[in-house]
Amino acid sequence: MSTTKAAATVADETLVAFVYNEARLVDEKRFNEWYELFAEDGRYWIPLTRNQPEGRLHTSLMYEDKLLLRVRIDRLGSPNAFSQIPPSWCQHVLQRPEVEQRDAANGFYVLRTPFIYAESQGDRQDIWAGVAWHRLSWLNGGLLIREKKVELLNCDGALPSLQLFP
Amino acid sequence: MDRYRAHPERIRALVAPNQVHRDVYIDPELFELEMERLWPRSWLYVGHDSQVPAAGDYLTVDLARRPVIMVRDGDGKVRVLQNRCSHKGAKVVQASSGNCRGMFRCPYHGWTFKLGGELRTVPLRAGYTGTGFDQSSAARGLVEVKNVAVYRGFVFARLSEEGLSFEDYFGGSLSSIDNMADRSPLGRLEYAGGPLRYEHDCNWKIFIENLNDTMHPMVAHESSAGTARDLWRDVPEGTPKPMVIELALPFVSSYDFYDKMGVHTYPNGHSYSGVSFSIHSKYSTIPEYETAMETAYGAERARAILGEARHNTVYYPSLTIKGAIQSIRVVRPIAVNRTLIESHTFRLAGAPDALLERSVMYTRLINAPTSIVGHDDLHCYRAIQKGLHTDGNDWVSLHRNYSTAESESPDGTWNGTSEISMRGQFRAWVAAMTQEAPQ
Repeated sequence: MSTTKAAATVADETLVAFVYNEARLVDEKRFNEWYELFAEDGRYWIPLTRNQPEGRLHTSLMYEDKLLLRVRIDRLGSPNAFSQIPPSWCQHVLQRPEVEQRDAANGFYVLRTPFIYAESQGDRQDIWAGVAWHRLSWLNGGLLIREKKVELLNCDGALPSLQLFP
Repeated sequence: MDRYRAHPERIRALVAPNQVHRDVYIDPELFELEMERLWPRSWLYVGHDSQVPAAGDYLTVDLARRPVIMVRDGDGKVRVLQNRCSHKGAKVVQASSGNCRGMFRCPYHGWTFKLGGELRTVPLRAGYTGTGFDQSSAARGLVEVKNVAVYRGFVFARLSEEGLSFEDYFGGSLSSIDNMADRSPLGRLEYAGGPLRYEHDCNWKIFIENLNDTMHPMVAHESSAGTARDLWRDVPEGTPKPMVIELALPFVSSYDFYDKMGVHTYPNGHSYSGVSFSIHSKYSTIPEYETAMETAYGAERARAILGEARHNTVYYPSLTIKGAIQSIRVVRPIAVNRTLIESHTFRLAGAPDALLERSVMYTRLINAPTSIVGHDDLHCYRAIQKGLHTDGNDWVSLHRNYSTAESESPDGTWNGTSEISMRGQFRAWVAAMTQEAPQ
């Protein structure tokens, strides 16, 4: 992995601001900017079970690489995305992220962020809760998401449609 | 609320050969009657025996709203017990699965039951001496569901004493389960996780009908599969096709494709689409797997097994399977306008991981509460549930390719875009619904 000396100097505030900004881009539906936050091998993962070890041989709610994120984002702009009539809106409310792991030599950081997430559509509003784990790398002079894992409190419950990105 | 219970002729009038009255989807009394008359007489999917490999392993589910326990007994037999303490009626087992360590124990007064349901111990049993207890239903323990069948690991139960035998009920449709299990070089499926549990605020029949509705994918799924298709169009030629693209693209196949795919119907409401080929036919080969299949079955038989790529098979009314992708969906009705759909995946014993990877990915992409394909399906189901409350047109059309001859030959293959599978479901529905509730 190519890193630079600058990796060592990423301050907590910079990491925390990154996580706040990531949520804000989703809430403001700036999905193309959000997409650019992911590394080329980046993943967005919502496990189906508690302590799920991986997503390849075990069903998840989402286990999206950049191609799948692209499909989701492009579909949201399609007039034929019928389930988005009327459109969904979402709001993240984040607890201050904690830096759980800091590997400055390799420019790798892990942040843990408890959250409440609301998704509304028409007259309905669903409230979700959980913990988000951001695994970030300093690559090409900036931070990128290697993996965002969203552990939902009710991951194994009977769930309604979840259409945007907690 | 008593519009239908004592009036079988009114129920019969709801189902014409080529259309049905809207009440079948929106009337709460008809839903109650379905839970009393249709579902208990039907063979309902309970679980897979690989979920309970050892003695004492159990899982709990609701069958037509009745909680039951599926348990592996000490003699290796899989039993289904009504999940109701014989004392005060408490649901004895609350966990969704686990091992009961030789007995079930009620959390209220500590009565214990053997794996076959028999009453084992009662605290201070002397207090029941001479009370008539020994002759009562309380002393008999948990009620066992007597009619249970295990077919290639699939466990089904018929709750009522009366009804067709397992073989007569499913008949030739069991060939879809055979094909799913035969796809394992060892002829065996292993439960591999899930379930994805997706709340559907619609009637259960709207979901079931959609499984072999081949006229909706190119419309409802244009925004999901069509977007994937458009993205793939821009990729330089020769780029290896990712699994996700391979799974998504066939959804937006042409009307002609779906029509030529064919649908096969059986008596009692069962059917499968994808007789000649299906959206699963052109997945890339996995050489290691094909070799294992040829070693196990011989080249010709292996080709025959893998050449069957059925789309959805409906085991009316509770189960739908996708043998070619090793994924199943279980229908759990809750109310006239509420249904829980649970999706499970299986590993083909003796097959490489790549097969399970495909099953897991497909299930997630299509059946999850987070699926953009599922979102658009549910959007349409809801729209039906809502739209049927309008006045002025009481009828839901099932005319497509209807012919007066079809009711005499329910076992047959038809063009894939026919609505014959839905008409067959309603023939089974009206036959069960116009009888008294079984004992």
